[in-house]
Amino acid sequence: MNAPNAGAACRALLRREFTLAWRRRGEMLLPLLYAVIVATLFPFALGPDNALLARISGGVLLVTVLLAMLPSLESMFRGDLEDGSLEQLLLSPQPLPLLALVRILAHWSTTALPLVVATPLLALLLRLPSNVLPVLLVALLLATPLLALLGATLSALTAGARRSAILLSLMLLPLAVPVVIFAAGAVAAAQAGLPFLAPLSWLAAALVLALALAPFACAAALRIAIEA
Amino acid sequence: MMSRSYLPHWMHLLGSPPVFYRFAGTLRPWLFWSALLLAAIGLYGGLVLAPADYQQGDAYRIIFIHVPCAWMSLFAYGCMAVAALVAMVWRVKLAEVIAMECAPVGAAFTLVTLITGSLWGKPMWGAWWTWDARLTSELVLLFLYLGVIGLDHAIEDRRRGARAASLLALVGVVNLPIVHYSVVWWNTLHQGSTVQLLGPSKIAPGMLWPLLTMALATHLYFFASVLNRTRVGLLAVEGGKEWARSIVAENAHA
Repeated sequence: MNAPNAGAACRALLRREFTLAWRRRGEMLLPLLYAVIVATLFPFALGPDNALLARISGGVLLVTVLLAMLPSLESMFRGDLEDGSLEQLLLSPQPLPLLALVRILAHWSTTALPLVVATPLLALLLRLPSNVLPVLLVALLLATPLLALLGATLSALTAGARRSAILLSLMLLPLAVPVVIFAAGAVAAAQAGLPFLAPLSWLAAALVLALALAPFACAAALRIAIEA
Repeated sequence: MMSRSYLPHWMHLLGSPPVFYRFAGTLRPWLFWSALLLAAIGLYGGLVLAPADYQQGDAYRIIFIHVPCAWMSLFAYGCMAVAALVAMVWRVKLAEVIAMECAPVGAAFTLVTLITGSLWGKPMWGAWWTWDARLTSELVLLFLYLGVIGLDHAIEDRRRGARAASLLALVGVVNLPIVHYSVVWWNTLHQGSTVQLLGPSKIAPGMLWPLLTMALATHLYFFASVLNRTRVGLLAVEGGKEWARSIVAENAHA
């Protein structure tokens, strides 16, 4: 029996992840609902002052998307660990970092991508200036995969842990600080009419770095999680 | 038989938990008492002998606690990261325990730095907290420590928890400089307060020697504390082994 090549394994894994996500498509809506709730609470807390909302909406939307990503990241590997499919992933002859990367990309496109797609609606609610919206979307498209890569690594570390929801937020905070700074920096610069390319380039650089390194860290973390 | 003798024999010996337990036990009182003595000298020099600052008056004297603790908060992270690397690469049980015992001590130093800093900031800047680059980086450092401690304790299996937390500590090593420079960048973008804690001004020699004495004292205290904690940690990890049982039984009867 010859082992199937890596491409076939990645395709099979992608198909599995998308099928699972589609069968539980109600769950996919929960982060969206959460983001809508958080975004609608801000005007109630701060008052319906359009100028104030327009000034803070970029940062609020970034933090909202970040928070909405957390619950799904936390349980990313839990089911796989419990039903034993994680062991199968580790036993397969394909390189584990590659499989982890595919797994993270599938997770990002089923949980974070809908959030990015829904952002224009939330931006409307929070009166974000329309010329800033494209910058915010690009910043989110760079920041959310970055957070997914970092969060998946941490999620793999907490896979076998108790009460890991708060723990994951605590561990993700130091890693998320630069991401939030650069994404919000780009939005703030665009809003002030300043050049915003530099922070976006920093985000892109960080994303490339994370794409190269995070799968290896994630694979190492999965090995630790499984060797109990 | 493979003969890989690139490490001296005593290092292999020291890696064995019972040997390290006894070694740490003999070293501990020396470190602890010399730390106490040096801290007494340093504090006397700093609080009594050193001249008052021409601008800040006597309020600056908190520097003799604040600055050594700030140095130690980074030094402890470095020690933890080295031990974590050894634990990850060579799977040395002792290194896992040392890495995990560095974390609470380092977190305590970070917390003391933040508290003394805000106590100092209130009379000097008029605010307990400002989003200065250094303060923010120190706060993020505290969260990194708390993450490592939390992960270590959240996993039932002690050795697996230590290895997972070691990996997190190593991720933090990559992250820490990125956080620091991004925060500096963020602060310049926002035109925040650019308060320099020490600034380019030369520090008077009358203030320098107590500061260095305190720095030495905190280092010695750190090592004493980590050795002490490592002894307890080793007993917990090796609880099923004969040597640990006999030590616990001895102490129970005494």
